[in-house]
Amino acid sequence: MKRVVPIGPYHPLQEEPEFFKLQVEGEKVVGLEINIGYNHRGHEYISPTLTWDQAIFLVERICGICSNSHPFAYVCAVEDLAKIRVPERAEYIRTIVDELQRIHSHFLWVGLAGHFMGYNTVWMWFWKYREHLLDLLELITGNRNHYAMMKIGGVRRDIREEDIPAIEKTLNLLEEKTALFTRAVLDDPVIRARLEGVGILTTQDAIAYGVLGPTARGSGVAIDVRKDDPIAAYSWIPWDMIVFDDCDLFAKAKVRLLECLESVKMIRACLERMSPGDILADVHEIPPGEGIGRVEAPRGEVFHYVRSDGSNMPVRHKVRAPSYMNVASNVAAVKGCTIADAVLVLASVDPCYCCTERIMVMQDGKQMGDGEYLIKLSQKTTETLKTRYGDPESKLRGLM
Amino acid sequence: MTELCRQLEKKFEVTGLKEHTPKRIYMEVPRRQISDVAKFLFQEHALRFCIATATDTRRGFEILYHFGEDKTGIIYSIRVFVPKDDPRIASLAPSLPAANWIEREIHELLGVDFDGHPNLEPLLTAEDWPRDRYPLRRGE
Repeated sequence: MKRVVPIGPYHPLQEEPEFFKLQVEGEKVVGLEINIGYNHRGHEYISPTLTWDQAIFLVERICGICSNSHPFAYVCAVEDLAKIRVPERAEYIRTIVDELQRIHSHFLWVGLAGHFMGYNTVWMWFWKYREHLLDLLELITGNRNHYAMMKIGGVRRDIREEDIPAIEKTLNLLEEKTALFTRAVLDDPVIRARLEGVGILTTQDAIAYGVLGPTARGSGVAIDVRKDDPIAAYSWIPWDMIVFDDCDLFAKAKVRLLECLESVKMIRACLERMSPGDILADVHEIPPGEGIGRVEAPRGEVFHYVRSDGSNMPVRHKVRAPSYMNVASNVAAVKGCTIADAVLVLASVDPCYCCTERIMVMQDGKQMGDGEYLIKLSQKTTETLKTRYGDPESKLRGLM
Repeated sequence: MTELCRQLEKKFEVTGLKEHTPKRIYMEVPRRQISDVAKFLFQEHALRFCIATATDTRRGFEILYHFGEDKTGIIYSIRVFVPKDDPRIASLAPSLPAANWIEREIHELLGVDFDGHPNLEPLLTAEDWPRDRYPLRRGE
């Protein structure tokens, strides 16, 4: 008999509004219906009422986690439209800020995933070092979040020479700890048992749903805007694209963890190569025309399209965030999973919405459990596995 | 001009082909050809459907289908006009699941009907938002 388990309207893991109706037979998930729109704020309607420069501040607030990606993609779209050349130093600074943002976003996800598996050590550990990263972003941009670094034609702030030793110090710390802990997480038998072979999104489905970022690269689809259509400094510095074709949750986790190490490498290369110079091009007017900008955000390609009639405002501004494509693919990934795994599968695309938490499980009109209940169910599965494998988490605690 | 542009021109009634930069190519096709163009790009040339942008213009509702060729980094934007007195066009969703949500979104924000779409229920607007009010239509 089919029952419906509603998850939402707020996601229990990501604490953001979306509504999943899981159709289950016993423990097994057989179907999924997704409702979104709880956080629709009409940005595409508001943007044409703002000037070209004001719109940067609007799109920066689309997302608090990847708050650099949207303004970055938007200024790239306007620069594509007006064919503006950005000074070299500004391109390096853009790359540095974007990669710092990627590490912080991936740390956030790994920490949350650890918590919901019942691995609070993973959560505490990654979030502890995420603080160092936010301090570093504050040093460079003036803000822990919403960095306000992007301007049409360059960046708002330069990186001061005297700050570089502090940046390098934090990078060394992050690299050492990330490498150590990545090995620990990837070798952990319980984490492997929870993630391997779970939430399979086949390469074929990944292509059909047009998924992006780590969700695609964990399913064997080798796409990354930083390689395919490189902007800023991405084509000037050496780095590797991380791709796995296991298609499961473990592959997605591996992609994110290893990407953090690549990002550290990229930031170092930028710091080494950048030379003193201008950080902002002269931009006088935006001619009529259309432009497309895209940036590899932590979750995948962010796509902005702008159109100008020659006035001081865009006449059309289209925004496509990566979760728009990734969340839809849950329909394929969640089928065949158990309910305890479903919470993890639905969070594996690292969906991006907004705040607050609410969840209920209803049966015959009666409330059976809430968000806490599902999280406990997931954590209990891990506990059961721990009795089978011993308690490898105690080893992880030793690393702190 | 890329080889793909030449093939598109040969197979379909392409007009207004414009290479804004080597990586941003725009062209227009008639509304009746859009499903075949999409199938040609997605199935035969493995282009990725990025998104579609719909705009209320003087000529009608304009839909720009953005297809990305990841091996070259080129974006092909295929422009189609849908007349305002008959706002309907074939849905791409049956052969291209990635287009499912954006067609629902264009349907609720601009009132374009997508023939053959499996589910045109509103995606983003609130449940009590009137079905005949389209937020991105100008002059409403």
